Amino acid sequence: MKWLHKDLLDVSQLSKSEVMAIFETAGRFQELQERPVKKVPTLKGRSVILFFAEPSTRTKTSFDVAGKRLSADTFSLAKSSSSLTKGESLKDTALTLQAMAPDAIVIRHWCSGAARFLAERLDCAVINAGDGRHAHPTQAILDSFTLHQEWGDVAGKTILILGDIAHSRVARSNVIMLNKLGAKVRLCAPRTLMPPAVKSWPVEVYSDLNEAVKNVDAVMCLRLQLERQKDGLLPDLREYARTYGLNQRHVDLANQDVRILHPGPMNRGIEISSDLADCADSLVLDQVSSGVVTRMALLFLYMTRKGEE
Amino acid sequence: MPKIDLIIHRATLDGKEVDVFVAKGKIVEIRKSVESLDAGDAKVEEAFGLTLMPSMTDVHVHLREPGYEYKEDVESGLRAAAWGGFSNIMCMANTKPVNDNESVTEMMLEKARKFWPKGPRLFPIGALTKGLSGKELAPMAELAKAGCAAFSNDGVPVKSTKIFRRAVEYASDWDRVVIDHCEDPYMGVAAGVNEGEVSSRLGLPAQPDVAEALQVARDILMAEYLELPIHLAHISCRKSVDLIRFAKDRGVKITAETAPHYLVFTEDYLENEATEYDTNAKVNPPLRTQDDQDAMFEALNDGTIDCLATDHAPHASYEKETEFDVAPCGITGLDTALSTTWQLVKDGKLTKEAFTRAWTTAPCSIFNLPVNTFQSGDPADFFLFDEDEEWTVSRQTLYSKGKNTPLLGTTLKGRVKTHFIQGKKIV
Repeated sequence: MKWLHKDLLDVSQLSKSEVMAIFETAGRFQELQERPVKKVPTLKGRSVILFFAEPSTRTKTSFDVAGKRLSADTFSLAKSSSSLTKGESLKDTALTLQAMAPDAIVIRHWCSGAARFLAERLDCAVINAGDGRHAHPTQAILDSFTLHQEWGDVAGKTILILGDIAHSRVARSNVIMLNKLGAKVRLCAPRTLMPPAVKSWPVEVYSDLNEAVKNVDAVMCLRLQLERQKDGLLPDLREYARTYGLNQRHVDLANQDVRILHPGPMNRGIEISSDLADCADSLVLDQVSSGVVTRMALLFLYMTRKGEE
Repeated sequence: MPKIDLIIHRATLDGKEVDVFVAKGKIVEIRKSVESLDAGDAKVEEAFGLTLMPSMTDVHVHLREPGYEYKEDVESGLRAAAWGGFSNIMCMANTKPVNDNESVTEMMLEKARKFWPKGPRLFPIGALTKGLSGKELAPMAELAKAGCAAFSNDGVPVKSTKIFRRAVEYASDWDRVVIDHCEDPYMGVAAGVNEGEVSSRLGLPAQPDVAEALQVARDILMAEYLELPIHLAHISCRKSVDLIRFAKDRGVKITAETAPHYLVFTEDYLENEATEYDTNAKVNPPLRTQDDQDAMFEALNDGTIDCLATDHAPHASYEKETEFDVAPCGITGLDTALSTTWQLVKDGKLTKEAFTRAWTTAPCSIFNLPVNTFQSGDPADFFLFDEDEEWTVSRQTLYSKGKNTPLLGTTLKGRVKTHFIQGKKIV
């Protein structure tokens, strides 16, 4: 398949067949992960800059591992070491990065729209690893890839996304992605953590978790940012955990074999009970390994694009 | 009849070809045009094929001087006004230092006299509270005497209703109207994006329309209780319009303005593929929905909204060329207001009466400024307008230092060819 996109800004850019092509490529890389030598020379001599203006361990490491397994050279630019902390503008950072002529830049930034800002100014591929509250396409891809591997097909399944939807780029991208793949999406959160115009989204909205989990096939928990209490959106964490924390009682209300996902890092005992996080139905660690292979697929598709033209 | 010193020959006024006779800066007479004219020693301005329009008034601009001259200064702002068709402009007090004492007011006026001695006329707006802090009243007697035409805390609305009430009362002793920037001080402050479907999808912090309407309601109740006038700046949503209409029906002394960008753009602009997250459309109050825009047209056409005003808010390009959350709010308007709003008249969305009222008679009557209605004795403030000339909005064609407008790159129709203030050619 000829890859048409220069950048990955959100999953809304992708057609269903392109998503399937990513899954297929990721599936091939997954077989590779079972071998003793996991590295292939596919991207030898190509370079990827990992530009993380917001702290991240797992996404950054995942991209780093993905790049290295494909033999690409990966370079890290984290906020603490980057000139952003010295007051350099994003535009100047972008131009500096451009001058280093990388083949791809993976960007994580605390502002919605920042990945697009970079993509408009750079010739290389820009992969959005999370921009503000807007989008986290690679998370949505790895989440649905995980479910796809588990079920064979996501279409027709009912998936509940639980937690701080309003501030979540993971939720935004997953709503788009799961709808694209034909799943039914439910959202559950207190009204204060719902986007103001959630009624216009292709989802069912719940404020009562006991209702929301009924007959769902999977629950995606979102991480609760602890500062939401300070912002006046929640009374306190104890009440949140008791009202919106997922536990075994909820799992019993859902469909049998309900799958539990969490993008990490988890607040055990707040949005998810500790025993659920470790239970057999939890896909949390599968998500991590899916993360590496789907990001390998994305780096491969976006970085070898020019060679095919 | 006084000695005629200027004749505008063969201009088109309200669809008729006329000659306009001017003496000592005032209009003397307007006659059906004659081809061969006995001009005596009067200056003649040939205007065949050009539309004659009364100079406009903009009661809401930011000239940035003193303090932010890299964004705009009095000289460049008045240049943009002159070419934009404006003879009167009122500039807000959020400079550095704030215009809360006579030295700053006098300095602004001195600069205007120095660079644009024949106009456009500059009418500074004094701070309503010292340093715009919302805590203590500004010395309004001093400011009024120095030349401030109104008072406002624009940009940083007074949080305390108690102080706001006292400020409106105190301003009335100096016959000055208070202009209020209506924005709830706690909800989505200066987010620059409307809270709704678009902000929800883009993941941007946003301001709901009720944040504006709540303060509009407060101001209406205050104006009614105090029996004093309050002018509402840059109204952007239907909820506010409904409240203003209700207030006017009750006889409350409320007046209001809206800005051209609310008539030309909606929040959808921020989601269009080519312009997603365009910081040039980040403005406070934000671009709202189609329904809000429809309400603006209804309100302008029926007079619920009295004035148009640009809220000309120039910023340096590097300040706007940044992350959306980081960029300052504001759109420039002096250069483009005439072309865009005249187009709305031609498109049948805005009546010609509303256009003329909103840009000339209404603002001048609220703030007691000179106005030309083409009656004998009116100031000879007018411009000749080529309605068909197309121009592309670009960094080069804008006279303002501020190039921050979502109109960049678009082609507009209509250009000022020459502009007279009190019978003197300014450009």
